Amino acid sequence: MADPVLSLSHLSKSFGALKATDDVSLTLMPGEIHALIGPNGAGKSTLIGQISGRIAPDAGTITFKGRDITGLSVAQRARLGLGRSFQISSLIPEYSARRNVMLGLQARQGHSFRFLKPVMRDRRLKEEAGAILSKVGLAGRASVPSAELSHGERRLLEIAVALALEPACFLLDEPMAGMGAEGVGALVDFLRGLKAQAPILLIEHDMDAVFALADRLSVLVYGRIIASGSVEEIRNDPAVREAYLGDSE
Amino acid sequence: MPDNRREYALNAVLALGLLLVPLWAYWAGSPFTITVFTRIAIFALAAVGLNIALGLGGMVSFGHAVYFGVGGYVAGIAAQHAFNGETFLGIAGANQMLIIWPIAMIAAGLLAAVIGAFSLRTSGIFFIMITLAFAQMVYYFAISWPTYGGEDGLPIYVRNTFPGLNTMRPWNLFILCWCLLMLAIGAFALIRASRFGAALMAIRQNPDRVAAVGISPFGIKLAAFVISAMITGLAGALMADLSRFASPAAMAWTMSGELIVIIILGGTGRLFGPVAGAAVLVGFEVIFGGMTEHWRLWLGLVLLLTVLFARGGIVTLIAGRERLG
Amino acid sequence: MLFLMSAGLTLVFGVMGLINLAHGSLFMIGAFFCAAAAGLTGNFWLGLAAGMAAAAAAGALIEVTVMRRLYTRDHLDQVLATFALILILSEGTKILFGPFPLYLDVPPLLTGTVNLGLTPYPLYRLALIVAGLGVALGLWLLIGRTRLGIRIRAGENDREMIAALGVNIRALYTFVFALGAALAGLAGALVGAVQSVQVGMGEPVLILAFVVIVIGGIGSIRGAMVGALLVGVIDTMGRFLLPQVFALFLDPSKASGAGAALASMLVYLLMALILVIRPKGLFPVHA
Repeated sequence: MADPVLSLSHLSKSFGALKATDDVSLTLMPGEIHALIGPNGAGKSTLIGQISGRIAPDAGTITFKGRDITGLSVAQRARLGLGRSFQISSLIPEYSARRNVMLGLQARQGHSFRFLKPVMRDRRLKEEAGAILSKVGLAGRASVPSAELSHGERRLLEIAVALALEPACFLLDEPMAGMGAEGVGALVDFLRGLKAQAPILLIEHDMDAVFALADRLSVLVYGRIIASGSVEEIRNDPAVREAYLGDSE
Repeated sequence: MPDNRREYALNAVLALGLLLVPLWAYWAGSPFTITVFTRIAIFALAAVGLNIALGLGGMVSFGHAVYFGVGGYVAGIAAQHAFNGETFLGIAGANQMLIIWPIAMIAAGLLAAVIGAFSLRTSGIFFIMITLAFAQMVYYFAISWPTYGGEDGLPIYVRNTFPGLNTMRPWNLFILCWCLLMLAIGAFALIRASRFGAALMAIRQNPDRVAAVGISPFGIKLAAFVISAMITGLAGALMADLSRFASPAAMAWTMSGELIVIIILGGTGRLFGPVAGAAVLVGFEVIFGGMTEHWRLWLGLVLLLTVLFARGGIVTLIAGRERLG
Repeated sequence: MLFLMSAGLTLVFGVMGLINLAHGSLFMIGAFFCAAAAGLTGNFWLGLAAGMAAAAAAGALIEVTVMRRLYTRDHLDQVLATFALILILSEGTKILFGPFPLYLDVPPLLTGTVNLGLTPYPLYRLALIVAGLGVALGLWLLIGRTRLGIRIRAGENDREMIAALGVNIRALYTFVFALGAALAGLAGALVGAVQSVQVGMGEPVLILAFVVIVIGGIGSIRGAMVGALLVGVIDTMGRFLLPQVFALFLDPSKASGAGAALASMLVYLLMALILVIRPKGLFPVHA
């Protein structure tokens, strides 16, 4: 059995009396898409915050590529290869799509204290960025400031920036959010091709996409994982049905 | 790119204007004008420094005057020790500008490293207030320390020297300042275009995103803060030489406010914004100060109107918004 | 007195998210109008009322004309605009009242000293402290117990929500701002009797007030009270004790100089310390 790339072990986080994360354990194996679903308010954002490093857990550990990263900062985890996209697009608004990606490349290469060479004249950096943008289908919009991109384009740009990091795993937070049907279809195909490069922990609401993509599913309700397994198992799980009763998805 | 051509033109006008007017004054025999323009150049230099922290990095340092003042005091203390032969902690005094400038920059940089290490843990309003408070701290310290003039400041009897030039002549001092200003602007342009600048400007817009790609915002901000302080410190040393006086008022928070005003009036983050802003500020004082004792009122009004309606400053007004590409 | 200033500031910032550098100018306006009115009528209490009224009016005016546009802007813009206001108000005051300081006398009711155990203490200063406590109590009652107070607190948390609930936000904000201004004016008028009333008297107090609210926690009245106490005590004790401590191992002339220098820095060191340990202040208001 291969080792998991990412592993959460007994993670807990409370805000006052509210248990946002309740003894969560979860693994992400190489080459898979592990989807995390759950009703609104289940604690998904808190969980992502702990994985990415923004929130410190009260208890439990996070292991990434065999290393305990529970105490590391956001930037440190990103440097180790934890790539993520944000639920609400979080880009550099004044920078063009290309420049946003270049920032990611620059970070991966690790030389941000270079003062002398103008970044826009760095042809290799520009070309690499262009290549990545082509992969997500944004090549034609490379020079547009990210603030002026459409919502769907920004979601794609989020993924492009994550790609630039050549991460060891992807943490994608509702990448389909707000995208039209065509966009979702294209993105589903794209993500399917992506998992060979690095496994994906996918948080999503769009059930069709989830069922089409996921190798494994975990269901988060009130901070607890109530079920975890293959798509078929989850579909038939009574506890899951109960949790989703009344949910229009 | 067509958008930027207007800015290049404006920059050229400002750079040359700043040079040619004093040149004319030199021939016309009006040393007062030269001195005024030297002040403009020095304030612009101080503002170029602040522009790195504030314009590029979004760090609103309301205590930047402290570096300006420290630079002045370094010049003053060094000169005083050279004058009366004492030593400062064992180091002899100096009255060579070329020696004083690096020392002023290093002193300002060290102070900024310490202040920055504390302040940059905060952001937003807290950062503004804490930089202000630290500056006040140093200011009160300076006016209480009697050895170096206390509240009255430290006079520099003979201007520090520069090899080959008689620095007592206004035109010579002006040309020195102008050259340093242009060098600093060049450095600003380099920084802005570099990877460091790319990261810094990204941090200003979205620090969480920058952290998420693996760049630690704190390190970059601190480095920018220190560099920014060093340039402002250099300006402070020059100012002390110009007025032949190291003044604690140069550290007062009102001076910090003036530096920020210069940047806002000129255009935050723009290359020649500091020059335009400094020209307006000093111009106000000189031109309106001659007309009415209450010129500050008008300055306040202009500033208020700028903040409310012309937020991008003069450069934006004339050359349009910047495209970062 | 420091509390009065801080309370006003923290109220304005906590409720409206607005930084007002011109608070010091409101302090000054209160002092000037009080002095002028008291001079004209010979009655301190009338002067006090006049000072507060003037400051409140100025506050309301400023809110309506300038601050309204600044709510949506970032903090830098607010700092700049209010800095501009300082310039305008300071020069304006000079134009109105002339460049020389005005004098204000302590009202006859409150002159003299009181024996406080060990040392005689000026009655007026005692009255100041009582006034501060009174205002604190009043504010606590207002914010904690009245409907207006609830609205203010709700406004602190979610501006849009209470607007949607039908509360008149504009009027509320104008009121809060004017209240903060009145507090500043009161402080100015009261202080005017012990210090000279001059242009620029507001700024040092303003900066200290900011230090107080940073230490106490922005938005918290309780924090302003504790912060003001803390700052006041440390400042006074520092100025008193430090030169003596230094005199133990330095010669006297240097000791007093160094002591004074360090004492003035003490308050800021405290603030730095608080910012490191508890960045939100001692009594943070949960957003």
